[in-house]
Amino acid sequence: MAKKPPTWTDIKTSTQDNVIWKSIFRPGSIYRKGYRDTSRDRALAAMNNVLYHLHPVKVKRHGLKLTYTYCLGGLSFFLFVLLTITGIFLMFFYRPTAGAGAELAYLDMQNLQAAVTFGNLVRNMHRWGAHLMVFTVFLHMARVFYHGAYKPPREFNWVVGVLLLLLTLLLSFTGYLLPWDQLAVWAVTVGTEMGGFTPVFGKQVQFVLLGGVVIGPNTLLRWYVLHVLFLPFVTVIFMAVHFWRIRKDGGISGPL
Amino acid sequence: MSDEVAIDQAVYDRLISEGKSERVARAKAKAATVRVKRAGEGWDIGPRAADANAAKLSEFKANVGGSGGGTATATAVADAPTGRLTPEERAARVAASLGQGNDSPSMGVPADPKHTHRMLALIPPSGIQQVTDKQQDKVYTWPHLLIVEFVAMLAVGALLLIVSFFIDATFRELANPNLTPNPSKAPWYFLGLQELLRYFHPMVAGVTLPTVVLVILMAMGYMDKNPSAKPENRKFATMAFTFFLIMWTIFTFAGSFFRGPGFNWVWPWVDGLFFEL
Repeated sequence: MAKKPPTWTDIKTSTQDNVIWKSIFRPGSIYRKGYRDTSRDRALAAMNNVLYHLHPVKVKRHGLKLTYTYCLGGLSFFLFVLLTITGIFLMFFYRPTAGAGAELAYLDMQNLQAAVTFGNLVRNMHRWGAHLMVFTVFLHMARVFYHGAYKPPREFNWVVGVLLLLLTLLLSFTGYLLPWDQLAVWAVTVGTEMGGFTPVFGKQVQFVLLGGVVIGPNTLLRWYVLHVLFLPFVTVIFMAVHFWRIRKDGGISGPL
Repeated sequence: MSDEVAIDQAVYDRLISEGKSERVARAKAKAATVRVKRAGEGWDIGPRAADANAAKLSEFKANVGGSGGGTATATAVADAPTGRLTPEERAARVAASLGQGNDSPSMGVPADPKHTHRMLALIPPSGIQQVTDKQQDKVYTWPHLLIVEFVAMLAVGALLLIVSFFIDATFRELANPNLTPNPSKAPWYFLGLQELLRYFHPMVAGVTLPTVVLVILMAMGYMDKNPSAKPENRKFATMAFTFFLIMWTIFTFAGSFFRGPGFNWVWPWVDGLFFEL
């Protein structure tokens, strides 16, 4: 008699019941063998998950209501992750070089849109996602204000949040220059001219930001490094503090 | 205990005749049976036994505990004829080794062989740890919150993908420092500021005002002394912030859609849009 083919349950059991699987998924993981929908396993699923860095085991019930948070903070973070992923993709095809006879940035942009598989789609997602993130971060701030969630004990986390809004604007603005087209260069010209009016050291600020007195190849390289390394690095640190403080300050605010 | 305790029928009948309920009568009748049984086995139970224990305790305290610690203990041990401590001596010894005073609650408790616990610490009724958290209405993060977040993520991701599929991001001709586009505009989130440039000196519109706004925003948690988060208790804060938002939106809209060549005022339905994302 021929051996019976394994059933779906057999495959599931043999996949889950081995050392490798068990080393990846900690006890309580919903992917472990024997997960049951009990209070104990629900608590373990949160505790034994990397998301435990973000979420406690239990959250206030009123915070689940979509109209309380509109998920704005979470979506801002999601968009940041999405922008990181699409941004890394774009970095493979982009060189931050400009100047007569070596307009590589602009050529790479053209090439990205015309010749790279999914290049145009990913670029679109990066651009629209960035605009959307500015918008969600802004709305998140308004939501937090209207819930009075900036009040003690959350007053410091509100400060971190305002800095994150500022960082989001800077991330978006530095990225704005990178296509090196007319729109990019002149928008940044308008923006940096305003910075030049800073009292006392305005011209110095402008010079450091532009890498010269006017926008040129140096500016592009500087803003590229700011955009892909410096500002994301700072933002990640501030986000870590922001998320940590949410939990330390007693979780989500309210109920009102 | 699997054995069913028999009912003391006499007690049961008496209680029923006194008008007690059947449930109470049955329970008390069972208790009576147990009492009789235990008395037959020589157990000391009930208030009389407790009185006897208390008397023994005070007698012991008078004899041993009264002089307080070391000397009495030493005497007691030295006097022990068999080399084996009597329960009283053992208790005194323990008390002495713990350095307790006479007022200590466990001092001089006769060491009943069945009575092996002793006091190690006094716990205040409120407990050792101060629990300040109020009981709150909470739910498990998994699955309740994570599922909401996951769906929101998918929805926004899908929306972004669809928009990106159908609408191409802006891409103009190569940058030319010698050719200023008319109008030249900042990105949309700075157009409120650019609009302000029409009314104020650049130092005010471009530097002072944004700095002041940012500082006030950051200081808000420290300036607002009203502890309430209820909308009805913070009408002024709500009103002031809403005013700020509306002003900002108006300036941004004006800069975005109502400014054309030379950054002069235009009507978008007459002159068209001068706005790029």
